[in-house]
Amino acid sequence: MHPAIRVQNVTKSFRLGTNSGRPNLTERLLGLVRKPRANPDNEFWALKGVSFDVTPGEVVGVVGRNGAGKSTLLKVLSRIVEPTAGRAELRGRVGSLLEVGTGFHPELTGRENVFLNGSVLGMSRREIAKNFDAIVAFAGVERFIDTPVKRYSSGMYVRLAFAVAAHLNPEIMIVDEVLAVGDAEFQNKCLGKMREVARGGRTVLFVSHNMTAVQSLCSRCVWLKDGTVHADGPAREVAEAYNRAAAGGGGAEVRLDAHPGRTLGSVRAMTRVRVCDDADGTSPAVPMGGTARVEVEFELDRPLADATLGVVVKDAYYSPIFGINNKVTPCPPQPGPLTAGTVVCRLPRLPLMPGVYPLDLYFGDRLNDFDTVHNAADLTVVAADVFGTGRLPPPNAGPVCWPATWEIRAARAPEGTTDGP
Amino acid sequence: MIEPRPGWALPDFRELWRYRELLYFLALRDIKVRYAQTVLGVGWALAQPLATMAVFALFLGRVGGVGKDVPNYPLFVYAGMVAWTFFGNTIGTAALSVVSNERLVTKIYFPRLVIPLATAGVGLFDLVLATALLGGLAAWWGVLPSWSLLLLPLVALALTLAAAGIGVLLSALIVAQRDFKYVLTFGVQLWMFATPSLYLPPEALSETARLWLPLNPAHGLVAAFRQSALGEAVDWYAFGVSAATGAALALFGMLYFRRVERTFADTI
Repeated sequence: MHPAIRVQNVTKSFRLGTNSGRPNLTERLLGLVRKPRANPDNEFWALKGVSFDVTPGEVVGVVGRNGAGKSTLLKVLSRIVEPTAGRAELRGRVGSLLEVGTGFHPELTGRENVFLNGSVLGMSRREIAKNFDAIVAFAGVERFIDTPVKRYSSGMYVRLAFAVAAHLNPEIMIVDEVLAVGDAEFQNKCLGKMREVARGGRTVLFVSHNMTAVQSLCSRCVWLKDGTVHADGPAREVAEAYNRAAAGGGGAEVRLDAHPGRTLGSVRAMTRVRVCDDADGTSPAVPMGGTARVEVEFELDRPLADATLGVVVKDAYYSPIFGINNKVTPCPPQPGPLTAGTVVCRLPRLPLMPGVYPLDLYFGDRLNDFDTVHNAADLTVVAADVFGTGRLPPPNAGPVCWPATWEIRAARAPEGTTDGP
Repeated sequence: MIEPRPGWALPDFRELWRYRELLYFLALRDIKVRYAQTVLGVGWALAQPLATMAVFALFLGRVGGVGKDVPNYPLFVYAGMVAWTFFGNTIGTAALSVVSNERLVTKIYFPRLVIPLATAGVGLFDLVLATALLGGLAAWWGVLPSWSLLLLPLVALALTLAAAGIGVLLSALIVAQRDFKYVLTFGVQLWMFATPSLYLPPEALSETARLWLPLNPAHGLVAAFRQSALGEAVDWYAFGVSAATGAALALFGMLYFRRVERTFADTI
């Protein structure tokens, strides 16, 4: 069978944009007639000879750290950028979704934007018209469909944008981590739709940081590292290897000063977060039922008398499972006003199933959170025999593991004891 | 099939045709957005040529005395201005279109040429309105069209081709080098004054000027637009040379655009 996607030795280099390295107008005009000399020092190789095949119907996850080349690979396969060398072949209609709502214009009404966005994504007018009612119903914006989208709430806007994308019907689907935006409900809906697409026999290339989502959606996983394919195999194995490598030793420690999950308008206060098992203080993986420790370091330019930290633990689909802060639970007073320090949060008797749980961090004073970082770090929970039975609930029964007591009663008295005369 | 593509090539017209609906929706977007939340609405399409007509008729025509040999000088200026407004505006919006649609360029694939070409839609929309008003004004001044009116769509086509071609070229240049943005702003202004057919009757030009000026595509096409709309004798030489120059510029613009479009997402 012909592969749906064949990537052969794809290489992409960028010229690093230093001011002196940037050609001026004269050089550029000369460049029209003469090939500019390549300067190896100024070059950055985002992809170095990446090759893999995807058979039709396969759902492949692409994982890797920031800067490993995931986005570049996606852009090459979506034909947005051209590879420097190598080639890629895609058989079938390609729908690429690197962003929701590409081409949305705030002045246009919902209806107009559906048609515009649909045609930007490659749908024909007839296709959009056919799916129009379904799109509007999926987004739940029937009443506002003839209102300019600038009057929409951001939730409505994102829902409508995703609804259009969800009704795209390509043979090959290339999806970036669009799921990391929007509210939890929306992210859930996205993943639900993704699963539907994956089961529908379409070829999907799914780029994500979220190992659990990759494991649950994908059959295969490609791990990119420094622009090359580091591992390629069954999703579960690759994702586990990736998790082990990402966690490393000394707990899962993440620098927060330039974290992409920091929300707009946040004051950079949190500098670092470490998530580990409280029992030994070093292992990044917390056993089920154990105590997780989340340490957040902060630094401010003015002293803070009442450092407040909120931690939200989310599931693989970025839906919150629970959240806690040191306003609602007792917290011993801090040692005076601080410009720098660490807030340590312990989460005892962790009622979570094995898996990776992204954490949102909210930092501030008693009155408001001025620094918010979404998906700041992952909490990794590993299996433990919490019930003493050697067995665990099935993995598809949700993220929470909760004990229960049981009793079985008969509907009537057992036979043979009620014999009358 | 995705691989590095070298050198010069013609645009893939078949692919462009497949994306005609996108072209339509982008043009529709630009038209709607342009007149959204304005009181005058589409009236603005007429404001620019009318205002320029007033200034030219007053200062060049009356004060400067240029218009004394031209019957109905305001109508003469307005007719040319309709064509020029379309030409100048289309170049301006097309040139800036790729940069202002950066989000589209970096997030999704489609033939990039669709972006600058779609901007011609707004211009054409305005052109039709302004031409309708031209018909009204001509009737008011008692000028009746002749068979040459049939030439008007052809002139409009040549104007579109020339303007879109230059706009396409500039849009590609601006992606890489924002310097051209500034060139654009005053370039279009200077160009207007370098197009004497807008405010001078052909008789006022010297023999040499009449020979060479049509190399400025705006010159011959503006003249041809007015001549065909107002039933004057058509200067076929100027029209032919200007149309050919415009077509050549359009061809070069598209070739250059095609050559550099693959790096748009990297350099924008």
